[in-house]
Amino acid sequence: MRVITDNLPLYLNGLATTLRICLYSGLLALVLGTIMAAFRVSPLAPLRAVGTSWVNVFRNCPLLVVLFFMAFGLPELGINGSYFVFGTLGLALYTSAFVCEAIRSGINAVPPGQAEAARAIGLGFGQSLSLIVLPQAVRSVIPPLGSVLIAMIKNSAIAGAFGIGGDLFSVGENLTSAQGEAALPVLTGVVLGYLIITIPAGLLLGILERKVAVAR
Amino acid sequence: MRSSRRTRVTAVLAATLGLVLTACGSGSTNQLGDSGKDRFQAPVAENPSFEPGTTMAKLSKQGTITVGTKFDQPLFGLKGLDGTMQGFDVEIARIIAGRLGIPADKINWVKTPSKSREGYIEQGRVDMVVATYTINDKRAQRVSFAGPYYQAGQDLMVKADNTEITGPKSLREAGAKVCSARGSTPSEEIKKYIDPDNLVLFDVYSKCADALRTGQVDAVTTDNVILLGLVNESGGAFKLVRKPFTEEPYGVGITKGDVAFCEFINKTLTEAAQNGTYRKAWEATAGKVSEDTPQLPELNTCS
Repeated sequence: MRVITDNLPLYLNGLATTLRICLYSGLLALVLGTIMAAFRVSPLAPLRAVGTSWVNVFRNCPLLVVLFFMAFGLPELGINGSYFVFGTLGLALYTSAFVCEAIRSGINAVPPGQAEAARAIGLGFGQSLSLIVLPQAVRSVIPPLGSVLIAMIKNSAIAGAFGIGGDLFSVGENLTSAQGEAALPVLTGVVLGYLIITIPAGLLLGILERKVAVAR
Repeated sequence: MRSSRRTRVTAVLAATLGLVLTACGSGSTNQLGDSGKDRFQAPVAENPSFEPGTTMAKLSKQGTITVGTKFDQPLFGLKGLDGTMQGFDVEIARIIAGRLGIPADKINWVKTPSKSREGYIEQGRVDMVVATYTINDKRAQRVSFAGPYYQAGQDLMVKADNTEITGPKSLREAGAKVCSARGSTPSEEIKKYIDPDNLVLFDVYSKCADALRTGQVDAVTTDNVILLGLVNESGGAFKLVRKPFTEEPYGVGITKGDVAFCEFINKTLTEAAQNGTYRKAWEATAGKVSEDTPQLPELNTCS
């Protein structure tokens, strides 16, 4: 385990980069996913179509292909940018499809009477969604949303292969090949790094779930 | 209602297909023609004899050898679409195998990308590794190196019309983004010349070439021989800066401490340099693109 202690700064840097990727992608995915979920339940057919296409494209396309398209397709179309942006965006787009479906399942779980009551007191679609339905929906889907986010944290290792340097997984690859370290201890360090992120994330989500759970 | 759903599904399918096609469209393969007639063939020794108990005796007796090399390195180690192996590394391995009395078709080729080379040797999954394998102290702690059989140097590849980048020292000034392979020695070395933010890393160099083509990076750096292969494939879009700034002695990786095998390989390399086999192997492979034929570098002592 000397490898881990000797290269602690490298590992910590990797951890920081992975966290940065996950934070940005996670926030963006939550926002995009919520918007798409709203689209999918909206009374307007064109918005529903956008939401459905979004989910079907990003959910059914392998993450590798999405990232490939971001990193090599966009520059081909004349859109240049940093690989950090490409990778983070790709991960966010992919995850947003799953966030959308999780939230939509939550919306379906809200009793129809809630939406009807909202309409009855004169709230419009936007108001009843944002004030009545979504708050209840999100609270009931904390566990699946948590799984989606934890999957995203693990998926960030793939984003590292598309030009983003220095994430946790790349650090491991670097140590094994450039510096010729044995793979097992290096990868143990990488695993520990991901666990440091994902286990507390899981615990936090558990606490959050108990705090905000809707009793029905 | 039904038809509208069908239209929607069609639109989604079309979009997905477009995405996949764009993703697969990049990257090109262009292999050196292997006419077959004038192909270089390493000589095969007939009934060579070796001291019993040595690696040579074992390999020679079993009549096959497992060699680790790269499958995606044009000019050095490349597996063609028809499954044949070609490149300078491959020819060096064939020369060594031939000296053991093992013909080319009795060599088992194993793909050994950079990160798995030491592990494969330690686990005995290969008898030797000839894979643009730079000898360095760290690696020498885990494996032994025979050779070096070639001295490469790290260089830069830029777009053919780039006049701004003239060598590693011009990179910082130009604020250039440089691409290399993750975990490679060149990717560590180039950090002396650029800011870490300007270093872009991919798993393979072909992606770097794509990034250079689309203008996402300004230069690609690694050993000149690898770049030579990429320049050759680019159809005139890229050029080498031709200012090598490191020394990369390529060795043959073998089990740690197998001195007899190491000395045997060194002797074979010296013989090949003397009788012209070494030069012919070069000319049949990397020499088709490179301007100069290398001399066999001074060999290290085996330990």
